Amino acid sequence: MTDYSFHKVTVITGHYGSGKTNVSANLALKLAETGKVSIIDLDIVNPYFRISGKTNGAELFDNEKICVIASKYANSSVDIPALGFDIAGIIKDSDYTIIDVGGDDEGAKALGRYKDTLLVQGVQMLYVVNQYRYLTQKADDTLDLLREIETASGLKCTGIINNSNLGTETTAQNIESTLPYAEKITEKAGIPLVFTAGKKDLNCEKVDFPIEILIKPVWL
Amino acid sequence: MEKVLMKGNEALAEAAIRAGCKCFFGYPITPQNEIGAYLAKRMPKTGGVFLQAESEIGAINMVYGCAGSGVRCMTSSSSPGISLKTEGISYIAGADLPCVIVNVQRGGPGLGSIQPSQADYWQSTRAIGHGDIRVPVLAPSSVQEMVDMTKKAFSIAEEYLTPVMILADGVLGQMMEPVSFDNFEESDARVSEPPWAASGHGFSRPHNIINSLYLEPIELENVIKERFERYEKIKEKETGAVYEKDAEIVVVAYGSTARVVRSAVDMARENGINAGGFRPLTLFPFPEKQLRDACKNARKVLVVEMSMGQMVDDVKLALECKLPVEFFGRTGGFVPNPEEIFNKITEIKEGL
Repeated sequence: MTDYSFHKVTVITGHYGSGKTNVSANLALKLAETGKVSIIDLDIVNPYFRISGKTNGAELFDNEKICVIASKYANSSVDIPALGFDIAGIIKDSDYTIIDVGGDDEGAKALGRYKDTLLVQGVQMLYVVNQYRYLTQKADDTLDLLREIETASGLKCTGIINNSNLGTETTAQNIESTLPYAEKITEKAGIPLVFTAGKKDLNCEKVDFPIEILIKPVWL
Repeated sequence: MEKVLMKGNEALAEAAIRAGCKCFFGYPITPQNEIGAYLAKRMPKTGGVFLQAESEIGAINMVYGCAGSGVRCMTSSSSPGISLKTEGISYIAGADLPCVIVNVQRGGPGLGSIQPSQADYWQSTRAIGHGDIRVPVLAPSSVQEMVDMTKKAFSIAEEYLTPVMILADGVLGQMMEPVSFDNFEESDARVSEPPWAASGHGFSRPHNIINSLYLEPIELENVIKERFERYEKIKEKETGAVYEKDAEIVVVAYGSTARVVRSAVDMARENGINAGGFRPLTLFPFPEKQLRDACKNARKVLVVEMSMGQMVDDVKLALECKLPVEFFGRTGGFVPNPEEIFNKITEIKEGL
């Protein structure tokens, strides 16, 4: 993380439940230390967990440098996949833009709509992996899904984020044991590991991007 | 096997495959879509069939046909979709066929909301179809129980020849928890040809007839009486609850609400109130004996639900109105929080 320089536009993709949205939110806070951040909610797949949602009754970001952009239907319980953003304009007005995409190739289809705009901007697309999730427990399966996302979006992944976790039961040892898995993926995909994420309070020394759980409904 | 992190919906779908479910028929609706999405990916790889029907009515009738041919099968939906399935469920129950029906409840009536709810308690336990029928209803409260109860649901369905419902809600469907599939064995997946199946036999035995129509009253009455004897056996053997004994205030809740009640009861105990939790694992049959056991020293009972109060009826019936029963609920998509339940327990304690 320390020596990784973030581009102006970062797309976050991955498998359902890999932790994309939470990683995006933490990344927004990090980048807001050095500039104005726009975070775009492009998740049209799951209306339950969205960056534009409220957590514990409060707005997610109490930070004037972060602007959340979402469909006006997001978290309204109107379950329709509506998009309509001027992404080029948003990117122009921000120092950093983070795009949080829905899970799998289904979610990545929404990204395809903005492909041409994003290609012009020199976008980096980061793929979040979690070895403890079903269908992505082996490096090869995880790579298959990466290829499906690339095909659906028309964009190439440029980096891997290891966010392997077992939810509230995660231990430092759980994270450490996934390092060979993440390494294998980066080797096979030929793209770098951007960072290994892990909950701050675990004090895991292999974690170079400590995060907090920002996205959770009141009942979790 | 090491634990994996799964959503309740995904875990239930995987459990169905491991329990030997070979066919899934469904139609999309939030918040249960991950069940179909998961099975669409996994079923073909396990030699099974995933089929998205043209409607919920189509899906339940495919289940009827599939069950009739002796194949383990399942359908899932959420509240409005379950309403559409009720005609088919009645036919399946009337033909004494086993299958599993999953309801990941959302708000109602009508389209209601996509948020969690428990407002289909009456529908599930009282009127899941027309006619003299009951359907066993299992109530998971964690992602692990979504797995364990799916296995249980298939075994009850086949032992007693009845549709079985798993009554979950949006919280359980969407939440992620580490889960283990250690209690499944290879033999769970094996289905030998059931003796009642209409599956083709080359005239080697008398026909099996799948039917729910009996024009002679005496025939229908006998069939129904025999079916109700089976319900009695289910009551005897399959009823379940987890609870604490000797509490002064007993707090009854099922499903995801029971998780919140657990926190509230713990808070009450830390504050010196002798409260105890009671969580039914089965809603039909309702754990009446267990509740009476939990309430031996109780002075008041509190029922908490994500509805305007439905299970509260069964609690009163089980206690034969010998104890005062109070209700606290949120509806419309709200999940009650531990503080408001704790405040209600405190209020009850002060009034004792």
